[in-house]
Parts: sequence; structure tokens; C-alpha cells
Amino acid sequence: MAELEKTYTVKPRDFIRAGEVSIQIQSLLKSMGVTPDIVRRASVCAYESEMNIVMYGGEGTFTLRVDQDMIMIRACDDGPGIDDIELAFQEGYSTATPEYREIGFGAGMGLPNIKKNSDEIQVESHKGEGTCLVIYIKIN
Amino acid sequence: MKLSEIITILEADLLNGHDKLDMEIVAGFGSDLMSDVLNRATDGVLLLTGLTNVQVIRSAVISATTAVVFVRGKQPCDDIIEQARKHGLPIMVTPFTMFTASGKLYEGGLRGIENRSAAKH
Repeated sequence: MAELEKTYTVKPRDFIRAGEVSIQIQSLLKSMGVTPDIVRRASVCAYESEMNIVMYGGEGTFTLRVDQDMIMIRACDDGPGIDDIELAFQEGYSTATPEYREIGFGAGMGLPNIKKNSDEIQVESHKGEGTCLVIYIKIN
Repeated sequence: MKLSEIITILEADLLNGHDKLDMEIVAGFGSDLMSDVLNRATDGVLLLTGLTNVQVIRSAVISATTAVVFVRGKQPCDDIIEQARKHGLPIMVTPFTMFTASGKLYEGGLRGIENRSAAKH
């Protein structure tokens, strides 16, 4: 499989376009011949991270890297950071506003879903500086 | 169950997907929670939802959900229909509530995602 690295920008609070980057990533992975199950898992991880940036983060940068046996998605933003990372991974824990819940998000399943659909996940977050999520999905 | 049968059972108004009436639906899933959709709905699954925002379409596309039903007569706006068209996603509106719509489909032979393999016939 061809090696590839691509960077995208995600705007905070832009609910009209939220998810478009993940759909682009999904199309790209499909066109590269990645198997449907892997495409699905990577797309779900990308979409949940993109929604997290739109809802809670600041200016976001998405990097997709695909090589022989691994897909890496790095989702970074310069938002407020995560107070308690362990708590954020607990199913059902959420700091969402009613507005986010009304559009079907904010039920505290974002990070748990990313964990479930990835092979490895690294989170680095500093209060007032932002959050970086690095997601790895094995291709084979 | 074919998409056309679902339209009949739900007395639904098809807003996109007129070229996909023969498409096979193997299971149904109802949710207003997009993380659940992302996690559970997939290829061959019909999603029933009470939400009509653009994230429903994107969640369906990302999870590879086959078709979407908006329940209790909620009409999505033109932008949503346009997004569905762009992604080739069949969408429809049923006058029935989530419970009634699910019941009618179950009665018609469609099963939940728990027995997807059993529903494939």
C-alpha cells in the first residue's frame, strides 16, 4: 500500500461542516484499497475526534498517515485541554452542553468509541494549551 | 427485506434513493445517539432516528449505514436531503413514532442488529 501523509484543518464550533474531514479521510482510505472493516474503524475514530474538536476544542489540525501496515490519525487542537483524562475515557462521562446533546452527541461515548475502534491510542493534554490524540489502527 | 418493502410498511415518503428500491436491508437499528450509530449500525442496516440534523447523515455515511428513516413525520431540511444525495444515502420520512415504526418492521420480518446473520435471507 502506498505511503501517504495528509493534513486537514478543523474549525471549532463549525457544526455545518463538522465531519467533512472524516468523510474525506474515509473516501481516501477506500480509494487506497483499505478493507471495509478497517476503513470503518478508522472513519469512526476520525469522526469522533473531529466532533470532539468541534465541540470542546480550539483550532484543530488533523493528520492522516497511512503506511504499509498502519493508519495513524493525529488530532490536535489548541483548546482548553482535558481536566481528567482517565475520567474522559469513562463511558458516560461528559461535559457536553444541552446543545450538543440535542444533535445526538455528548453522551460520553466519544473517547470510549475511539478506544474501542483503534489498536492503540495516546492522549496528551495540557490545561489551557490543548489536546493531542494519536490513534493507531493496524491494517493487517 | 428490500428497501421498497420498508417504504410500504412505514408508509414512508422517500426523499432520496429512488434508484435503490431493490437494495437489501438485513437489520434495523433505532437511535438518537450518534455514538451508538457509529458503533452499532453498519452495512445493510436501516437506521431509525428522531433527529434531522446533518450529523445524522454524516454518522450514517461514516458507519456505512445503508438507509435512514426519520420518524414521527419529521421533515429534514433541503441541506440534509442534498447531503444524502451527495453520498448516495437513501432517506425517508415515516409518520409513525420510533416505537411504532420499529414494531411494524419487526412484524414484517425485519430483526435487530443482534441477529444480523439470522436476518439475512
